Amino acid sequence: MSEIAISLKNIVKAYRKYASKHRFNTLKSAFIEGTIFKDFKPEEVFLAVNNVSLDIKKGKTVGIIGENGSGKSTLLKIIAGIVRPNRGSVITRGRISALIELGAGFHPEISGRENIFINGIILGLTKKEIKEKYNEIVRFAELEDFIDQPVKTYSSGMFMRLGFSVAINVNPDILLVDEVLAVGDASFVPKCIDKINEFKRAGKTIVFVSHDLETVARITDEAIWMKKGQIVMRGYPRQVVDAYLQDISEKEESKHKESKKEEKAPVDNKRWGDRSVEIISVKLKDQTGKEKFIFSPDDGMIIEMEVKAKEEKDNFGFGIGILNGEGHNVYGTNTFLENLMGERLTKGYHKVVFKISKLNLINGFYFVDVAVHSKEGTPYDYHHLLHKFRVDSVHKDVGVYRMKHLWEFDNGIRFKKY
Amino acid sequence: MFIIDKIKTIYRSRLLISNLVSRELKARYRGSVLGFLWTFLNPLLLMLVYTLAFGIILKPRYPIPELKTALDYSLFLFTGLLPWIWFSSSIIEAGNVLSIHGALIKKVLFPVEVLPIMTVTANFINFLLGLPILILFFIILGHPLTWYVFFAIPVMIVQFFFTLGLGFFVAALTVHFKDVQNLIANFLTLWFFGTPIIYPFNFEPILKSKLIKTALLLNPLTHIIEGYQYSFFFGSLPHWKKLTVTFIVSFLFFLLGYYFFDRVKDTFAEEV
Repeated sequence: MSEIAISLKNIVKAYRKYASKHRFNTLKSAFIEGTIFKDFKPEEVFLAVNNVSLDIKKGKTVGIIGENGSGKSTLLKIIAGIVRPNRGSVITRGRISALIELGAGFHPEISGRENIFINGIILGLTKKEIKEKYNEIVRFAELEDFIDQPVKTYSSGMFMRLGFSVAINVNPDILLVDEVLAVGDASFVPKCIDKINEFKRAGKTIVFVSHDLETVARITDEAIWMKKGQIVMRGYPRQVVDAYLQDISEKEESKHKESKKEEKAPVDNKRWGDRSVEIISVKLKDQTGKEKFIFSPDDGMIIEMEVKAKEEKDNFGFGIGILNGEGHNVYGTNTFLENLMGERLTKGYHKVVFKISKLNLINGFYFVDVAVHSKEGTPYDYHHLLHKFRVDSVHKDVGVYRMKHLWEFDNGIRFKKY
Repeated sequence: MFIIDKIKTIYRSRLLISNLVSRELKARYRGSVLGFLWTFLNPLLLMLVYTLAFGIILKPRYPIPELKTALDYSLFLFTGLLPWIWFSSSIIEAGNVLSIHGALIKKVLFPVEVLPIMTVTANFINFLLGLPILILFFIILGHPLTWYVFFAIPVMIVQFFFTLGLGFFVAALTVHFKDVQNLIANFLTLWFFGTPIIYPFNFEPILKSKLIKTALLLNPLTHIIEGYQYSFFFGSLPHWKKLTVTFIVSFLFFLLGYYFFDRVKDTFAEEV
């Protein structure tokens, strides 16, 4: 199975920038300025795909990931033949079906039945083939009762189901899927994924553009990460997804740092106390000591506080609280609760470190509250919701806390990896 | 070779074209009470309006020997009006067709040239459906029909190529310049009066003015519409020399239009 199904060589696709002032939109100016033919050639261009070469073997399922505007969809359209590249060559072997927009070309005034026929023909089926598949198409779309109604009366879910059902029944050798599963209802999406898996088993080539990284990691054989029109990385899906997540994290971290610089002095309802002992800074680091904003649930966390005592104290303790994005307490503790009695805090600067060996949290934003206070609870300095971090997890579990767990089944229960 | 290539493309898309055309015709009047009857009613009502305006209210200053009565006039008018409606609706719709079916161009691998072809063909079929009404009127009003009516068939072929050629230009240009649509709509009005539809070519003021006569002779539609008038109304052989020249011009125009459309069609997906 080493046959190449899709071969792209040095693909370049440039789009004219719409914001450009040079863009004409009236015939008048085109004629008056005599630029009618020149205007057909873009002046200011944006390279949506920049010199991409790619071979995809027959029978492989390939996922393309990347941020919006990275050129994923354009690349898919180039493979489909809908968009012609400015430079480079595209060779594909076999019938292609592109799920780029479901139900594109449906006519609202005519019935679902008539639309199946016309859409099938548009997608390259013969009338006979459509007749053979007609029942299957209707059944898969679950539209038996509505098939003779005009399509304009369909709900968007029905419309999408019909579109998917026709496109998937084209029985292509190469299936191109662009994010269309994102709009489906909860019961239809698994059905679509099943169908895609069925294609996979039948040895068809699938190219899959998605923001749903978990699905990409789960169903593809190979992932491609695109950034600014170029392929940054290609390989084992999990590895590519992780590298991509790390890249996003770093970007957000630098953004976070910038916005932090602009932040003004903390407002009062987020910080209180007489400041006889002051928490000057709080840093969140991972177990390697690197300051971070985005953590994985498997990461450890080091909360590093710098405190300044204006006077010597013998009545003091430190506290830490972790709250989730909704403000619920996830965990909280302080030195008193852990039977540590403050004995002496000398005047001057000190460092307090709180180490968490593993976060075990679910996806989302979290806040860290820190405090230094007396044993009666009078705060010297209390930071509330001032320090924020994010947990970016590939897991989709829910709750407030990711418990360490393990599944066990007896021999009568079997699962397959999916 | 461009021509052979394109003939192959069109041949491969024949099923698509025929289905799109029938969908177009089905969808056109769907939802209206009279439905398909509108195909017949529209030209009929238009004919009544023109007969009233030009045959009765504005009686011609110069008598036309062949058109003595208002009924004669309305038959003559109807003969020219039907092919004109085919032509003008095709051109107006060609300006919209790419943006209406933008989803097909942007989201599906689709031979775009099918769309103007569909428009012209759908209107052609509408025209054909109007012919029985025309013939019915000839019979009711007792106007003789001769075997020369069959000479209308080559005229239709000429008109088809000419309309499609212009349709390609209009469709491709409208994608880039929205103005073309307005321009065309107004130009069609001028064109209508600049074609012998509501008056015969041998109308006295035309024959008198060399300028107008030359302008009319240079208008391909003059010869096309006249072809229908000869074969239906006058019951004689169409002017085959003029018609042959018109055919050659129309065919070249069709090739040119198709070529232009083909050259710029890669830009459609971005601009529609």
